[in-house]
Amino acid sequence: MGLRTAIYPLHLTSNAKMVDFGGWDMPIHYGSQLEEHHLVRNSVGVCDVSHMTVIDLNGPDAKAYLLNLLPNDVNKLDRDGRALYSAMLNEAGGVLDDLIVYRDGDGFRIVVNCATREKDLQWMTQQTAGFDCTLMERSELSILAIQGPESLDRIQQILREHDKAVEADYVAGLKPFIGGWCGDWFLARTGYTGEKGVEIILPAADAFALWEQLIKAGVAPIGLGARDTLRLEAGMNLYGSDMDETVTPFESNMDITVVLDEARDFIGKEKLAQQAIEGVERELVGLVMLGRGVIRAHYPIYSGEELVGEVTSGAFSPTLQHAIALARVQTGKENLEVEIRGKRHSVEKVKPPFARNGKKAYKI
Amino acid sequence: MAEFPGDLKYANSHEWVRIEDDGTATIGISDHAQEALGDVVYVELPELELELNVGDEAGVVESVKAASDLYAPISGTIIEVNSALEDEPETVNEAPHDKGWFFKMRPADLQELEALLNADGYKRLCESEEH
Repeated sequence: MGLRTAIYPLHLTSNAKMVDFGGWDMPIHYGSQLEEHHLVRNSVGVCDVSHMTVIDLNGPDAKAYLLNLLPNDVNKLDRDGRALYSAMLNEAGGVLDDLIVYRDGDGFRIVVNCATREKDLQWMTQQTAGFDCTLMERSELSILAIQGPESLDRIQQILREHDKAVEADYVAGLKPFIGGWCGDWFLARTGYTGEKGVEIILPAADAFALWEQLIKAGVAPIGLGARDTLRLEAGMNLYGSDMDETVTPFESNMDITVVLDEARDFIGKEKLAQQAIEGVERELVGLVMLGRGVIRAHYPIYSGEELVGEVTSGAFSPTLQHAIALARVQTGKENLEVEIRGKRHSVEKVKPPFARNGKKAYKI
Repeated sequence: MAEFPGDLKYANSHEWVRIEDDGTATIGISDHAQEALGDVVYVELPELELELNVGDEAGVVESVKAASDLYAPISGTIIEVNSALEDEPETVNEAPHDKGWFFKMRPADLQELEALLNADGYKRLCESEEH
């Protein structure tokens, strides 16, 4: 038996197919992954992501600590509640994890991946040396992601029906990529689907009740299977698949999350500064295959007769109805082909995202 | 729960075979198999006139989850393929024993059917694989 979120019994009630996910028993789908994917693209769905790790950072040096820890610059968090996406690097510039950091008063709330939890906590604790700040894991909290074009309207309506007008008004006032407190709920306009939505970090008992209310009101439960195809369509990286400690952000299509500034040192900066000058030998690119077939992780990529890389994430895109993928390839290679069961198929190199807000978002 | 129609014969590799009145064999994947695969998004069908022996690769079925090979449950020649699946692969999930068939064969040796499982035997196989 793996770890279980507070919502676990309700997943079973909704006929979830449960799988092991980084040590957690999580729902992969509730009948049809494709249907769940379309529901989020076209209306609304709710996903239990309580397996993710929430860490609160406080203390007089909290900001100085993050300025040193992250390649992205927390000075960009110019107002309370604003969220920032960043990698976290080792000394060699390799990606230890990716994360979201929210400014929370004088402190910060950080959400990291579940499979990397132990490694992250150890690393982050180690890096507090010399900084007056404390890290506190909040494993008692749950996280629900309500996503889709109708998500904001539906969540407000459901909150109002359950005497939560204050929370509903709070959601109504939230701008994209901003979060904040409403009582002991932390609500944020963030997500991993490329659609409108909110993520709510809240006490387990409240999450259980809210999940029940959402399902009763007809909001579809969404499994981690659909979450994966949604994020891939949105061109978002998955840690452990699209990047890991052997690659840097510049080799992972994460250039915009790196701020190289003479005035600021951060862990891994030396390598990134060098790559900024010399360029990188490999890049993470988007691929689309307009013909029939499915591209999957680890399929080899060729340019002519030369093996130039490998698929890191691939799927059949339910929205676009053709295969899409992220692949790490030698920089600048053209006329790419993917090998599927011994046969080469030509693919187009594109800049992700593939789909956003329900529509095609790439150009050939 | 998966269905296990009694008029079909089943291979360990989860294909079913139905011998039609004209002596040809229709082949598809079982209800149990489609449930385990999840939503089917792509199928690769064999070429017409292809001659296959028992256990030869006869195509590929890809779901949202994975790609799986399809094997010939009996020996014979491919005489028809269900090309409707190319545009509507979801039919495999919706009607695995019926409209979701994959191909038809002219069987080389009907005696081979005796090596296949009946519905009860196949159901037991599926249950044992789940535990």
